[in-house]
Amino acid sequence: MEVKDLAPVLEQHAFLAGLPKQHVDLLVGCASNRKFDKGEYLCRQGESAEVFYLLRDGIVAVELYLPQKGGVRLETLREGDVLGWSWLVAPYTWHFDARAVTPVRAIVLDGKCLRGKCQTDYELGYHLFARFATIMEQRLESARLQLLDLYGGAKEVRSRDAR
Amino acid sequence: MLAEMPVISRDPMQPAGCRVTHVKKETHDTWTLDVTPPDKHWRFQPGQFSMLYVFGVGELPISISGDPQHPSKQTYTVRAVGMATRRLVSLKPKDWLGVRGPFGNGWPVEQARGKDVVLVAGGIGLAPLRPVIYHILAHRADYGRLILLYGARSPRDIIYTAELKAWAKLPQTEILTTVDYGGLSWRGNVGVVTSLFRRIALNPLRTVGMICGPEIMMSYAAREFEQKGVSRHDIYLSMERNMKCGIGLCGHCQHGPNFVCKDGPVFTYSSLERWIYKREI
Repeated sequence: MEVKDLAPVLEQHAFLAGLPKQHVDLLVGCASNRKFDKGEYLCRQGESAEVFYLLRDGIVAVELYLPQKGGVRLETLREGDVLGWSWLVAPYTWHFDARAVTPVRAIVLDGKCLRGKCQTDYELGYHLFARFATIMEQRLESARLQLLDLYGGAKEVRSRDAR
Repeated sequence: MLAEMPVISRDPMQPAGCRVTHVKKETHDTWTLDVTPPDKHWRFQPGQFSMLYVFGVGELPISISGDPQHPSKQTYTVRAVGMATRRLVSLKPKDWLGVRGPFGNGWPVEQARGKDVVLVAGGIGLAPLRPVIYHILAHRADYGRLILLYGARSPRDIIYTAELKAWAKLPQTEILTTVDYGGLSWRGNVGVVTSLFRRIALNPLRTVGMICGPEIMMSYAAREFEQKGVSRHDIYLSMERNMKCGIGLCGHCQHGPNFVCKDGPVFTYSSLERWIYKREI
């Protein structure tokens, strides 16, 4: 796909909904299209995080490798979701693995390229950071709820049904 | 096991003797029991519960999880987490059980006619919602889309697996399941049940939401409905408190100005909102 063709794809992605046209055009210069086969990693824990992904199709699992215990699947992402904000925060290193559970199509955005554009265009930076802040808030809330292990304890569930 | 039980009592405080007819293991810790009704007139509304008396052990409130169109049996899905529930799920066909009820108000299936119904279930909270699904499927033309968002702890904790698969194939029906902890072999969603709201599109003006699960999960789910524009008057939660008498006499289940057993267990979010975030209640 030609780079110029990515503008409508970016505009239609849920993560970028409502982003002004001039900013979409700026993003196009940092974007490319990619496909991942089932089982292929989109990112690996500890590796340099210089990109993020706008998922267009397929399922991606966010996983964490625990020494001597193996991998744990923490979350699944799908069409319309965004994967990765480590490119925003130094030292720009992935903290988790992300693996394609099914064949995946995604737009890859070059983080280094975007950081440069955000340095010179604060409005673009604001729009992007506002979107990532929302995603971070949602994922933090989900992680906290998961920590509660709501359905696991003896006093949880419908305690109506649990005595 | 007792030899013979006197049958039927319509006194709400006196258990009727009913026989277990079938026991099905749902998961590693959850079973579904079919029980004879106390009499031929026995009926229930989706969302109601009964007080089940395990003789010599204790009485506990359990939501009815069966099909309201077929009241020839009572069905209860029970998670074994305490002494009484462990004894309850260890009952065998032909064993006796004491039953009082059904109690409570039930889900607003009549008010939901003509609308899309979105059910949000967490853990064994799917059990009290299953009669709603049966009701809608039995009156399919009276309702719009049926959407179930179901969160379980892990893949092995998912109940009604065969039915979930069957329902997912029905027209105008969406079944979305997620687990909090998924192994690497799990192909489905991983994440809390509220994350499933991102996967659905709602018409807020014609949507009724019904939520059942741990209270904190219900409050987050109610907020998700609100964010999608659904009115607080169209969001219903099934509350849980320490129900004992089942008829609003003992006061054990008081929640704000309500007795959950008698005035609930199903309430609108608009009526609960003042109380649900108060720590003292």
